[in-house]
Amino acid sequence: MSLSISTTINGTTRDIALDDPRVTLLDLLRERLGLSGTKKGCDRGQCGACTVLVDGRRVNSCLTLAATLDGAEVTTIEGLAQDDALHPVQAAFIENDGFQCGYCTPGQIMSALGLILEGEAGDDPERIREGMSGNICRCAAYHGITLAVQSATRRMDAEQKGDAA
Amino acid sequence: MRPFDFVRPNSVAEALAAWEPGAAYLGGGTNLVDLMKTGALRPGRVIDITRLPDLSAIEVAADGSARIGALVRNADLARAAEILRAYPMVAEALLSGASGQLRNAATLGGNLVQHTRCAYFMDAHAACNRRDPGAGCDARGGAADNMAILGHSPACIATNPSDLCVPLVALDASVEIAGPDGGREMPLAAFHMLPGDTPSEATALRPGELIVALHMPPGAADFAHHARYLKVRERTSYAFALVSAAAAFRMEGARIGAARLTLGSVAAKPWRIEEAEDLLAGQMPDDALFARAADAATAGAAPSNDNAWKIELARRTAIRALKMAASGTPDRMPALPASPFGALEAPAHV
Ligand SMILES: Cc1cc2nc3c(=O)[nH]c(=O)nc-3n(C[C@H](O)[C@H](O)[C@H](O)COP(=O)(O)OP(=O)(O)OC[C@H]3O[C@@H](n4cnc5c(N)ncnc54)[C@H](O)[C@@H]3O)c2cc1C
Ligand code: SF4
Ligand code: FES
Ligand code: FES
Repeated sequence: MSLSISTTINGTTRDIALDDPRVTLLDLLRERLGLSGTKKGCDRGQCGACTVLVDGRRVNSCLTLAATLDGAEVTTIEGLAQDDALHPVQAAFIENDGFQCGYCTPGQIMSALGLILEGEAGDDPERIREGMSGNICRCAAYHGITLAVQSATRRMDAEQKGDAA
Repeated sequence: MRPFDFVRPNSVAEALAAWEPGAAYLGGGTNLVDLMKTGALRPGRVIDITRLPDLSAIEVAADGSARIGALVRNADLARAAEILRAYPMVAEALLSGASGQLRNAATLGGNLVQHTRCAYFMDAHAACNRRDPGAGCDARGGAADNMAILGHSPACIATNPSDLCVPLVALDASVEIAGPDGGREMPLAAFHMLPGDTPSEATALRPGELIVALHMPPGAADFAHHARYLKVRERTSYAFALVSAAAAFRMEGARIGAARLTLGSVAAKPWRIEEAEDLLAGQMPDDALFARAADAATAGAAPSNDNAWKIELARRTAIRALKMAASGTPDRMPALPASPFGALEAPAHV
């Protein structure tokens, strides 16, 4: 059975024919669309490496069937930087040593962006750690990750206030 | 994963008509897709219900009752101002479960129906009466932490893992169901089934039935000022409960007018303890009273594997949840929801 979906990925709308409804969003991105920035850790919802935004909300792409995404808007790590300018969350991860090996990092950054958009944690480190608990880091770069999310939150808040002014 | 066909109905009637034996409804997929990957579930047809209209509203009425659509995502339910105001322990339980990502995907209906986290159920190669009636139970003599201490049977010792369902049962929530033979409503307390000889019947849903909404009864919001969920787990976040408790009071002056107490992760269903509630009603809150209520809560508990420690843990969890409820619902959701590490003041506001 062939299914087709029309999905916007990083701003570009694509008509995708799915030959098999078993394909997850994670496998669609990595294996079929060449977007290998999103990582596969556990493939079971337990690590957060596969985090992307769907309609602006962070989800685990390994548990999302691609067939459910007709009409959805997906943002992956590849969609964050504007030309040569890093997204504030990306820049904050670099400035604060928010990683070591880097494998979990795309998922951490997408999750951090989702958390900041949710607007619940602010720059409170305890709320940030709780809000980021769905992203496991084997290198235990957690201290830098928390600093990075704090700093990105402040920067994005300031930018928003600047825009509003 | 076994091949399946995928259908996208646009109405409840179309969804019910699409059902056939062996089909599964797909909500957020955070449980179903996971179990399809392990091979524990092998639906021949997956019916995506996320596009059904009119199942995503939260309506709280002035009398404290509510109707919540089955497709409301766990994160949206936990953040809804009217839920935080009327049923704060429901929000606290939700926020103590899973992760930000999973809560964004998981639906209310899916959370009610989610399957046990028994590792042998999830492993398609293990023997499991719940998955495969009559096959035996490989959990016997094995993992102990998430196994039952109440209501288990020789056939199955698994627990229900939902955090959300624990305060919902405490507050007398009921489930609205649509099915091929029409609609019905039933108490959530009767929805999850103890295993007995038929552990494969995890819920009261009949073949093809679909949850469309959850109802809170009038008066459920009367407990809002003294309502807490406490979840003891191996790490402070992103872990299932070893034992949890929902405790709530409706105060009448300095006395407890009415009490609610339900334990989680101790049985195949949330374990409401009416004996303890009766014992608390009309009394002045104090530690000795809470200890007696907790004794009533764990009366009749028995280990199923090497987990006798869970009985004492459940008793202590009940006591602490009662103390937390007595000291009052915090103004803002704690940074670590449902955590035993939160500050515990003396019961001052009672
Ligand atoms: C790593 C991990 C950690 C987790 N931690 C926690 C935790 O700490 N606490 C907790 O409570 N939960 C936890 N969860 C479980 C999570 O809450 C559930 O997976 C989720 O609530 C299920 O909702 P869903 O919409 O994704 O359901 P789905 O996966 O879509 O469906 C689950 C089941 O319900 C059926 N179903 C779905 N909707 C309906 C409906 N409307 N009517 C009838 N049947 C229906 C499906 O057919 C399926 O059998 C965790 C999950 C993962 C993967
Ligand atoms: S405890 Fe229940 S769910 Fe677990 S293996 Fe035994 S029968 Fe299956
Ligand atoms: S790969 Fe999706 S959560 Fe681990
Ligand atoms: S940086 Fe190595 S896993 Fe996180």
